[in-house]
Amino acid sequence: MLEINNLNVHFGVIHALKGISLKVEEGEIVTLIGANGAGKTTTLRTISGLKKPTDGTIFFNGNDITSASPQDRVRMGISLAPEGRRIFSSLTVLENLELGAYLRRDKAEIKKDISMVYERFPILKDRRKQAAGTLSGGEQQMLAIGRALMSRPKLLCLDEPSMGLAPLLVQEIFDIIQDINRKGTTILLVEQNASMALQIANRAYVMETGTISLSGTGAELMQSEEIKKAYLGG
Amino acid sequence: MNKLAEIKGIKKWFALLLTYVIVQLLVSLNIINDYIMATITTICINIILAVSLNLITGFTGQFSLGHAGFMSIGAYTCAIIIMRYPSPLSFIIGLFLGAILAALLGFIVGLPTLRLRGDYLAIATLGMAEIIRFVFLNLDITNGAAGLFVGVQYTNWLWLYVFTAGTVILITNFVNSSHGRACISIREDEIAAEAMGINTTKYKVIAFIIGAFCAGIAGALYASYFYFIKPDLFGFLKSIDILVIVVLGGLGSISGSILAAFLLAIISSLLQSFPEIRMVIYSVLLIVIMLFRPQGIMGSKELSLSAFKSLGSIFERKNGGER
Repeated sequence: MLEINNLNVHFGVIHALKGISLKVEEGEIVTLIGANGAGKTTTLRTISGLKKPTDGTIFFNGNDITSASPQDRVRMGISLAPEGRRIFSSLTVLENLELGAYLRRDKAEIKKDISMVYERFPILKDRRKQAAGTLSGGEQQMLAIGRALMSRPKLLCLDEPSMGLAPLLVQEIFDIIQDINRKGTTILLVEQNASMALQIANRAYVMETGTISLSGTGAELMQSEEIKKAYLGG
Repeated sequence: MNKLAEIKGIKKWFALLLTYVIVQLLVSLNIINDYIMATITTICINIILAVSLNLITGFTGQFSLGHAGFMSIGAYTCAIIIMRYPSPLSFIIGLFLGAILAALLGFIVGLPTLRLRGDYLAIATLGMAEIIRFVFLNLDITNGAAGLFVGVQYTNWLWLYVFTAGTVILITNFVNSSHGRACISIREDEIAAEAMGINTTKYKVIAFIIGAFCAGIAGALYASYFYFIKPDLFGFLKSIDILVIVVLGGLGSISGSILAAFLLAIISSLLQSFPEIRMVIYSVLLIVIMLFRPQGIMGSKELSLSAFKSLGSIFERKNGGER
């Protein structure tokens, strides 16, 4: 579904991604784990078109999207729930969701999808007329995921959905991610919470300072001594 | 539901028409004298300027300090045309030509500078307005620093009202459309807006074009009312004046801008009788208002009938509670 080859990204003189390659197959949950500054967020931003690569290619469903605009990528079915949630805080919950469907014109279907999001996150329905900035951290994360779902993505990119959440809420968010995946959406998950991410992932890549240092199935990496030492606190 | 909306629409148009007729009557009966009319003109022009800057700064979140530059394009274009061909028709042509030229400049300046953010954009737009001022200072056709004596007055209550109401209606409708929503999302979080598939550059440029167009209209109205224009009238202090109205009224509130334009005009004309300390009192008042209402008079809310109704119901509830 998604294929990245030898991707290089620079921020001025800083070489943030040094030739990474990765693949996401349809129906999978793939996770990218690694320390702060390893380049996980940059990878997701490059996939969704917010950052232009200096070298390398990105293919999505067989199409070369390396130089496609973010709008085109959303249209093709790539959606990003960005790091730190980035909800539109002075707009209402409903307006946030509507903006998630910004490129769609099928009003009736949009309505359906809004009620689908409400079904998945009942708390959002209760707060639909409230300014999004007044929601709690967990609710905001739910809104960010719901908003990303509103474009009907084939590939949902989640950037640190567990950041700053209480452990119980983290569990809830991960359950939801698995459920979204079961209903047919492929997921690329960036996480610092490596143990949780590896538990639900089909496959995983480990990033270190702009390169991919390890890859394998979730279960394999859970067993790996290096991973245990570096990320799982074992 | 539809009928209700229709009735509401008709009521709105009726209220608009009624306002026009009442003021026109007062003008005809000489109850509104030249002095009051000049104040009304200033208020209307300030409303156009503030509401259009609000679209750029308040709704789209792009900090611009160059609004007076766009205004001056409209003022000079219209002035030059009506000085050559003094007729009401050439006034309207000059006004629209000025607005279009201002919009064009908004587009040309917008494309490269809108990559800049926050204070950097403010400096860039400030620079743009200064460049325009220097061009007008050095051209022959604009008569340099001495300025132009326009000599004819075509701006009357009718045109003033048409263009002020037109600007407010245009920008209100834009802001409430899905395009407007896209602009607001840029203000709220540009990266998220882009991730949703919103073409952020396009909407920033559109906001600049519409804002500049309206500022051009305001300039043309100014030139053909106050007889005289010179480059110094459109310096960065003028841009700051407009920004003050927008911030005072509330970033992202159109009715706030309108209210603030009225309030500032009233305050400054009340202070006419104390010329020595006028600016001091004016500044102190601004500081006091900002201290107590940092989000501006209206915040990002709009003044509406339903707002009064909900205020009413709060009072009713309170009274009910006491019983």
